[in-house]
Amino acid sequence: MALDLRICHLYPDLLNLYGDRGNITTLAQRARWRGVAVEVTEVPVGTPLRAAEYDLFFIGGGEDRQQVLAAGDLQQGKGGALREAVEEGATLLAVCGGYQLMGRYYRPAEGEDLPGISLLDLATQHPGKRRPRLIGNIVIRWDPPPAGAPPTLVGFENHGGRTVLGSAAHPLGQVVAGFGNNGEDRTEGAAYRNAYGTYLHGPLLPKNPWFADHLIMLALRRRHGEVELAPLDDQIEAQAHEAAVRRAR
Amino acid sequence: MTDLRLGAGILAGRLSAALIRALGAGGATTMPGRVARAVAPDLLARLGRRLMRGSVLITGTNGKTTTARLLTGILGRAGWRSIHNRAGANLPAGIAAALLAHSALDGQVRGDVGVFEVDEAALPLVVESLRPRVLVLGNLFRDQLDRYGEIDLVADRWRDALRRLEADALVIYNADDPLVADVARDFPAARTFGIADSSVRRGEALEHAADGRYCYRCGVPYRYEAVFLGHLGAYRCDSCGTARPLLTVAADNVRLRGITGSVFTLTTPVGRADVTTTLPGLYNVYNIVAAATAALTLGTTLGLVRTVVRDFIPAFGRGEQITIEGHTVYMLLAKNPAGFNEVLRTVLSGARPVVAVIAINDLTADGRDVSWLWDVDFEMLREHCRAAVVTGIRAHDMAVRLKYAGLPEEAITLEPDEERAIHCGIDLLALGEPLYVLPTYTAMLRIRDLLARRGYVRAFWED
Repeated sequence: MALDLRICHLYPDLLNLYGDRGNITTLAQRARWRGVAVEVTEVPVGTPLRAAEYDLFFIGGGEDRQQVLAAGDLQQGKGGALREAVEEGATLLAVCGGYQLMGRYYRPAEGEDLPGISLLDLATQHPGKRRPRLIGNIVIRWDPPPAGAPPTLVGFENHGGRTVLGSAAHPLGQVVAGFGNNGEDRTEGAAYRNAYGTYLHGPLLPKNPWFADHLIMLALRRRHGEVELAPLDDQIEAQAHEAAVRRAR
Repeated sequence: MTDLRLGAGILAGRLSAALIRALGAGGATTMPGRVARAVAPDLLARLGRRLMRGSVLITGTNGKTTTARLLTGILGRAGWRSIHNRAGANLPAGIAAALLAHSALDGQVRGDVGVFEVDEAALPLVVESLRPRVLVLGNLFRDQLDRYGEIDLVADRWRDALRRLEADALVIYNADDPLVADVARDFPAARTFGIADSSVRRGEALEHAADGRYCYRCGVPYRYEAVFLGHLGAYRCDSCGTARPLLTVAADNVRLRGITGSVFTLTTPVGRADVTTTLPGLYNVYNIVAAATAALTLGTTLGLVRTVVRDFIPAFGRGEQITIEGHTVYMLLAKNPAGFNEVLRTVLSGARPVVAVIAINDLTADGRDVSWLWDVDFEMLREHCRAAVVTGIRAHDMAVRLKYAGLPEEAITLEPDEERAIHCGIDLLALGEPLYVLPTYTAMLRIRDLLARRGYVRAFWED
């Protein structure tokens, strides 16, 4: 039976700051190279989300103004639909600003809290304009890595907000080099069921193809049962991964 | 006492410039300015005041160096002596270094007018010091997010800079850029430039890298009648009616001729002129129209503009043509998504698939974050590039990008060493075929440095 993967790209025109579409390209290409039929649907602000029609959701990061628009739109039904989908086993990847919006709230340096959708048990606070943004290359130790994958994830982070996890969220990994969630507790990202949030862009998936495959597996498994992904020649990606690890140190 | 201090600053700066050159340590385009300002912090303001015809400042994400060089060329032909940061050192220290090089110890400046390109983020400070007579705002694209932060923050700095302008100053801005127009449209003395020929539009839909999608006032997406480049075009907000301002100076009847340049009609308040240029791409049409608007504002004639544009030779690394071992090599700086897309469109506009060297660095001046490579439409290369050599500090990232853009792996050569990469590119050429080198900023300087040592080009500060 032919496999198919249905990807939902949320707010592609608003939250696309750091090459985020590279994550979509990577998921789609790596699935197609295995003969999986891929359909990517873009869901912008104001368009209803029929969450049951997708296996994998992606949401990226944006500038403050764009993030406010997306946060408002998530409160109009999309947030609840996403929570429900993840409870039912859907796969989700949220990066940077999108990651913050998956939490309970984002508290800016001044002004009112931006409500999140409480899909991940975390909250984010901006420490004030005088505190530096957390910017730079980052390497984390993946906790735990899926079988066969190397132990590290690499990327670039650039965020003002500091994120603290609650008890229901497991960190995606531990910081080896860089800042991570808040620059203090060495945690990076969050995981809950098949939902992942992270500050790693770069974008995340091209230089961490094993994470892309992990997400594709999780997403396919829900409708297609246990599936095997044929190995690909990842030499170029592995070299880029190693180069990024060296660059971060 | 303060005059002594100014003299001491000038002396210190000039000595350091002489020392740097004597040591062969570079072009002394910034450091002398730093030294001089450490001794005399108000040096920029005090030297700037001595320029009889004042200063023209040029800022924008892309095209500053070319626009400033065009303007200096036109003013020079009109008999004005310009002081100009030609080598592109565009922070306050670089501008100070340019002024210092033409100042006597008593603070007398040997020049009539300052033509300075200015870093986008440094604009308020430079405006405050130099009190320019004319300010040219070119365009605003996402660039070096790790350094400048969000594009809205840069726009806010420009708003701040406009508030600091003298009452008799004039602002010249790109009306096709909604982000720029929003900064400048309410300034009392403003002139605009843009493209009037909708035949060169890319369509009505924005490309992925477009930034200014939403009306600044009401957050509704702009409706475009024509998109020319990135988010530049003829736009309107259907909610509040904000639209592209009327164009004072425009390019009409534009005919792009790929890498060899373009021809177009310049329409101005003082008449029309047909213009020919060897500067390639639509982005250079914008640069020419910007420089022409500034030159006409300062009182030069349209005929002079036309002559200088026709004879203009591209600045270092900006469409520069180099001959290496009998092969023609074009070097086109590409430092952000909007700029890279335009360079790709220009290079790939011919019938034959090309050979390209893509050089990606991640130093401070490039932006340390290379995620922007995924905002560039490298998918364009799939049908139009037969071989790509990737090089630079981030060569591996670029190789991955091309793989996922759909280039066959055998068409991608990974060679982190820049010199070997250029040779590798040349070896791939057929007889008479040109090589296209597409570097980020510091990669461009590095490759030019390597070529200068081999005698193929002059050092960038001599160019």
